[in-house]
Amino acid sequence: MGRYVARRLLQMIPVFIGSTLLVFLMMYALPGDPVRALAGEQAVDQAQIAQMKKDLGLDLPIWQQYWNYLTGLFQGDFGTQIATQRPVAEVIGDAFPITVRLALFAFAFTAIVGIAMGVLAGLKADTFRDRGLLVVTLLLISVPSFVLGFLAQYFFAHQLGWVEPNVSALAESHELILPAVVLGSLSLAYVARLTRTSVAENLRSDYMRTAVAKGLPRRRIVGVHLMRNSMIPVVTFLGTDIGTLMGGAVVTEGIFNVQGVGYAVFGALKSREGSTVVGIVTLIVVVYLVASLLVDLLYAVLDPRIRYA
Amino acid sequence: MPEALEATVKDGTPVAPDAQVKAADAAKAEKPRSLWSDAWHDLRRNPLFVVSAILIVFLLTMSAFPGLFTSADPRHADLAKHYLQKPNWGNLFAEDWFGYDVQGRSIYARVIYGARASIAVGVLVTLLVTVIGTVTGMLAGYFGGWIDTLLSRVTDIFFGIPFILGAMVVLTSFEQRHVWVVILALAFLGWTQIARVARGSVITIKQADYVMAAKALGASTSRILLRHILPNAIAPVIVVATIALGGYISAEATLSFLGIGLEAPTVSWGVDISSGQEQLRNAAYVLIIPSIMVSITVLAFIMLGDAVRNALDPKLR
Repeated sequence: MGRYVARRLLQMIPVFIGSTLLVFLMMYALPGDPVRALAGEQAVDQAQIAQMKKDLGLDLPIWQQYWNYLTGLFQGDFGTQIATQRPVAEVIGDAFPITVRLALFAFAFTAIVGIAMGVLAGLKADTFRDRGLLVVTLLLISVPSFVLGFLAQYFFAHQLGWVEPNVSALAESHELILPAVVLGSLSLAYVARLTRTSVAENLRSDYMRTAVAKGLPRRRIVGVHLMRNSMIPVVTFLGTDIGTLMGGAVVTEGIFNVQGVGYAVFGALKSREGSTVVGIVTLIVVVYLVASLLVDLLYAVLDPRIRYA
Repeated sequence: MPEALEATVKDGTPVAPDAQVKAADAAKAEKPRSLWSDAWHDLRRNPLFVVSAILIVFLLTMSAFPGLFTSADPRHADLAKHYLQKPNWGNLFAEDWFGYDVQGRSIYARVIYGARASIAVGVLVTLLVTVIGTVTGMLAGYFGGWIDTLLSRVTDIFFGIPFILGAMVVLTSFEQRHVWVVILALAFLGWTQIARVARGSVITIKQADYVMAAKALGASTSRILLRHILPNAIAPVIVVATIALGGYISAEATLSFLGIGLEAPTVSWGVDISSGQEQLRNAAYVLIIPSIMVSITVLAFIMLGDAVRNALDPKLR
C-alpha cells in the first residue's frame, strides 16, 4: 500500500510539470503582453517598456522564464501581479477558499442527490419512475450550465425574490447554495445515470440472489450488498469530478458574481497576468491529481479483492 | 432474415420468378450480421434514434441553407424595432416571430443563421478530436512499452487541465476569434477522452485471434492497424464522439457567453446569449430563445449518442 502510494506520487511529478509547462506556454508563448496591457490604450515609450520587462524577467528566453517560475513555485513563491503589485499567493489565498467551498457544496449535492436518484431509478428499472429520471437527466445534460444559471437567477432572484441575484464579496455559505446547485447539476445527471445503470446491473447478480435467499432484511441487501458493489464506477466519476467542478466554477462564478478563482482568472486573463493564471490552473490540476489518487485508494475499501502491491 | 425475403413472405402474394431468384440470392448471402448492420437494424427501431436523427437533419439543413427558413437578414438592425416591442408569437416563421434584440435585429433570423457557427464548431471539433484521439490511442494501445508510457503521460497532462479554463487561456491570446480559432482551441484541449477510450479498446482487440492470424500470415503493421484493429476498435470511440459533439456545441456557447468565444459580427447562438444577458430583467426571451436552440441541439446529439451506444453495446442487449 505504502509503496503503491509512493509510486503514484512519483508518477504525478511529470504530469504536474507537464501541465504547468503547458499552461505556461499557452500564457506566454501566445501573443499578448502584460506590460503593454498595463498602459491600456495610451501610447508608451518603448524604452520604458523594455526596462520594465527587464526588471520583471520577461525579456529572458521562455525556457528560462519557466525555470525561474518553477523554482520559485517549489519555494512557495507564486510570483507577483504586475499591475497591482500584490503577491499572487495572496490573490489565490483570497479566491481559492471561496471556490473550494462552492465546489464542495456542489460536490455534496451531486453525490447525495445523484446517488439517491440513481438508486431509486435503478431499483425499479424500466418503470415510469425510471423513464422520468432519464428525461430529467437528459434535460440537465442538454441545457448548458450558464443557461441554467440564468434561469435560476431569473426565477429565484428576479421573479420570486428568494435570493439576491449576486453573491456578496464575503460569499457566505447560504449565498452559495443556489450557485452550487447550478454548478453541480450537470454532474448530478451523470452520477444519477451511472448509479442507475450500475444498480440495475448488480440487481441481477448471483450474490444478490444469495442475499435474498438467505433471508437478509431488505435494508441490508440494498444498503450493504447492492450499494457497495454498485459504487465503484460512481466513485471513479466523482473523483475526477472535483477538478471538473472547480474548473467549471468559472462560469457559475461569472453569473452569480462570486469572487472566487473564476473571477480572479478572468481578471488576470484580461490583463495578461501570467503568473496568476498559471498558479490557479496549476492548483486545480493538483486537486484533480490528488482526487484521482484518493479514488484509486477507495477502490480497495469498496472491493477487498483489489489489492495494491 | 434478409429484407427481400421478409417482404415477400409477409405480403403472402405468390412469389414472382425474379423475386424468387432475388430471395435465393439473398439467402445465399445470408451470414451472421456484422456488428454494424446489427446495430443499424436495432437503431431503425429505436424511437430515440428516429427523433434525434430527424432533429439533426433539420438542424443541418438549417445551417446549410438558412435562406430556406427566413428571408430576413440577421445583421439588419432597425433601432425603431428595439426589443421593447414584444415578440409577435402568433406570427409563425415571420421576421418578428420572436421579436427583436436590443439593436432591433430579428431574433428569429439570428437564431436560424446562428445554427451554422454552432454546428460547424461542434462537427469540426468532433472530427478533429476523433482523428487526433484515435491515432494517439491506437499507437499507445498497440505498441505499448515506452510509446504507451509517453503518450499516456501526455494524455494525462492534457486531461488534468480543466476544459473551459484551458480554452479561456488559449482564446484570450487571440485578437480576432473567428470560427477556426475556436475550433482549433477546443480540439487542442479536447482529444484526451477519445485517446483513452481508443487505447483501452485497442488493447482488448489486439489480443483477438484474427489479429494473431493476420500477424502470422505476415501482414504489415499498417495493414493490421488499419484493416483489422481500427474497424473493430472504433465502436466505443464513435459513441463517445457523438455524445461529446453536443458538449462542444455547449462549450462554444459557454465561451461566447463569457466573451472569449466567437465574436460579433459572427452570428452564433452563444454570441446572442451573451448579448441577451443584459436584458434579462426586461426581455428574458432575448436570452432564452437562443438558449433553447442550443439545448435542443445538444439534446439531439446526446440522444443520438445514447441510441448508438445501446445499439453497439452487446451487454445491454
